[in-house]
Amino acid sequence: MIALPSSLNANLVIGIALLVMLLVVAGAIVRTRSLLAAIILFSIYSLVSAVWLVVMDAADVAFTEAVIGAGVSTIVLLGAILLTRGEVEKPGWRALVAPALVCAGVGGLLIYAAAGLPALGDPASPANAHVGRAYLEAAPKEIGAPNIVTAVLASYRGFDTLGETAVIFAAGIGVALMLGFGPHASPLPPAATIGDHHVVLRVSAKFLIPLIALFALYVQFHGDLGAGGGFQAGVIMAAAIILHALVFGLRDTMMAVPPRLVRSIAALGVLLYAGVGVACMLNGGAFLDYDYLFPPAFEKQVPGWLLGDPEHAHHWGQHFGILLIELGVLLTVAATMLTIFYGFAGRTVEAIRQERGA
Amino acid sequence: MISFETLYAAAPALTAHAPVLMVAGPLIAACVAALSPTARTSWMISVTGSMFAAWMALAITGEVARHGAVDYYIGGFAPPLGIAFYIDGLGAMMALLVSSAGVMASIYSGHSLAAEVRAEKHTHVQAAFLLCQAGLLGLVSTGDAFNAFVFLEVSSIGAYALVAIGEKRDRRALPAAFNYLIMGTIGATLYVIGIGFLYAATGTLNMADLSARLATLGDSSVVQAGFAFIVVGLGIKAAMFPLHGWLPGAYSFGPSLIVIFLAATATKTSIYLMARFIFDVFPDGAAFGRNFIAWVLAPLAATAAIVCSIQATFEREIRRILAFSSVAQVGLILLGLSLATILGASAGLFYLMAHALMKMTLFMAVGGLAISLPARRLDDFAGVARDAPWSATAFAAGALSLAGAPLTLGFLAKWRLLEAALNAGQIWIAATVAIASLLTLLYVGRMLEAIFFRSAPAGAPRAVEAPVGVLAPVLVLAGLNIWFGLDASLPEQLAGAGAKALLAGAP
Repeated sequence: MIALPSSLNANLVIGIALLVMLLVVAGAIVRTRSLLAAIILFSIYSLVSAVWLVVMDAADVAFTEAVIGAGVSTIVLLGAILLTRGEVEKPGWRALVAPALVCAGVGGLLIYAAAGLPALGDPASPANAHVGRAYLEAAPKEIGAPNIVTAVLASYRGFDTLGETAVIFAAGIGVALMLGFGPHASPLPPAATIGDHHVVLRVSAKFLIPLIALFALYVQFHGDLGAGGGFQAGVIMAAAIILHALVFGLRDTMMAVPPRLVRSIAALGVLLYAGVGVACMLNGGAFLDYDYLFPPAFEKQVPGWLLGDPEHAHHWGQHFGILLIELGVLLTVAATMLTIFYGFAGRTVEAIRQERGA
Repeated sequence: MISFETLYAAAPALTAHAPVLMVAGPLIAACVAALSPTARTSWMISVTGSMFAAWMALAITGEVARHGAVDYYIGGFAPPLGIAFYIDGLGAMMALLVSSAGVMASIYSGHSLAAEVRAEKHTHVQAAFLLCQAGLLGLVSTGDAFNAFVFLEVSSIGAYALVAIGEKRDRRALPAAFNYLIMGTIGATLYVIGIGFLYAATGTLNMADLSARLATLGDSSVVQAGFAFIVVGLGIKAAMFPLHGWLPGAYSFGPSLIVIFLAATATKTSIYLMARFIFDVFPDGAAFGRNFIAWVLAPLAATAAIVCSIQATFEREIRRILAFSSVAQVGLILLGLSLATILGASAGLFYLMAHALMKMTLFMAVGGLAISLPARRLDDFAGVARDAPWSATAFAAGALSLAGAPLTLGFLAKWRLLEAALNAGQIWIAATVAIASLLTLLYVGRMLEAIFFRSAPAGAPRAVEAPVGVLAPVLVLAGLNIWFGLDASLPEQLAGAGAKALLAGAP
């Protein structure tokens, strides 16, 4: 056993090990001709990078990578290969020349640039000394959210987050336009009788689904304090419903959560987010300035004890603003994930053939 | 002579919030359109949202002309902590361009969409279109480099989906949209990697702050790599030769609504952002910046202007001719900007507006004809002028402007480009502009010959004149091509103010 002189080196060893794993997985993705294997490898790639992000102390990003990269995108990709062949042909070497050159160019440039980057975690590096430091100093006073990441994400750069929510909404619209209105089979559950071999699956799913939904809410409301927030919670919430569809059949899920409703919820989420911005504006502040979320007259009516710590009472505009916009994010993300799932799930080859034939 | 100082003054309370309202308006309208019950209501919402944005853009342009650049701190946080909008002469010009293109496209879509997309999809189509518009408007008004990336993505994702729904008419829309998606995503990724490097080097994302800090840094490999990633990423988005592979397919197979809007705005806004980085964010006179302009940007732009004009001459499908012509014209715009003089930049920006106007006219006229004539090849449009004289006339106005016929906007635009190139002593740029103009004449001549002077083969499907709702915006735009050719004071002022803002130093 080699003794490691300090904890930093332990981090270094873990980091190198994870990067080697990433490299191996990436190589395997390029080499494999089976789409199914590639999807599973992609999922592993995301999981390893999530672990790596944890090592880098970026818990929020790691969380998102794990739920989206390793979780939902795997399900979507699996849905997509149902409609294609499972294998790809090996490309000739001529087809590989241009991509190889581009990769070599980009890689070379990245290595060239890396030489000039400051050391990881250097407190004097520009990224830590300038705006990053200012956030650490100002956020507790101005925002009051214990998790600085949330303060930056939802308050200081809340407009970016609105934009990203709009991106997700747009992606949902795109999938709905391409697949949502098309022919859909309404498949029955895998087997319809009690006592078949799916019964274990069903009973455990019945236990799991409420717990997953509860966990989503926990992640949602925990975002103020630690890693979490609307993006992750939205995906987890969608995962609960997708699990329902996988076990109990798409038809039952679509009856409980109709696609049309889901598409509306995606729009409502963005509307809620932007509406908070407009409300702040109507009360005399700038767009998304949560300090103006409630009119001053209304604010005076609220007793201070209701908000806990009286010292931070003046932050409650920020607090409720963040809660509301995170709710908007949750709605849009969950609804979009479901829209994407619905788009792929019902679209079996038979259903498409039937429409073409009709 | 019209002057922007006197054109329009909004109420002060409205002007104060106009920058963000211009973006939030279409964004909110997109949500409402997605929720609206019928195709008809979603169209009305789309027109209203676009008009609101144009109204705000007009208020901002007036304000910028009167009092100089406009700042808006979103969330009340001053930069560099918060995200700030910063709209100067150039931003105002782009905002006005994008929002007026949005108004024209949305009015036009009332009829054209019905022929191209199933009615149940219209609410989502309009929502995606409004998102695309909100994204482009955010892109031209933000003063934050990362925020610009977010808006680039908002606009692009809407656009990918909209190109793909052209599949009802032609299945080739699907690979075209996929191509566009992959290329666009690579471009956006390269851009965001570049921003990451700049953040590592400076610790800030605000463009003004970036510019101030980069000026003190000197040459570092991180900044150089950041620059390279940003210009290549935006080069893909701007269809800069040879990164233009996505454009012909996307412009040929998308439904008219999105094609006319993209043709007028999409590449232009990326050119805007690239110009912002080259001239404003990166330090003046940095060696890599100058080398890039002299040895990469200008030669590639010149190659695009020549090569793609030749390609356009040999294309058979009318929309592909126009698409290749777009890549060539992007080259001419970049040539103007690459002169890096006030005169050159203002000529480039003037050309940018002129090209937006004429390409929009042309694609609109073709789209109007395509409602009744589901054809793509130029030969199928033979003799269309007899069946649909108004559409054909509008097409002719746009085409003559594109070719640079005297008394049109295109003539002035080309003339000013030549003038600026000669003034800067760049004879070869002037020669390129002249050769490209001659080549333009060739393919424009081919199109006009087919539409006006050939007769349709017997038994071929005949076109019907486009409905009024389509014809009205087309004729307005065609008229503007001529009007601005006679009195160009309006675009001239905008381009002049834009060039001054671009080359004044810090953003």
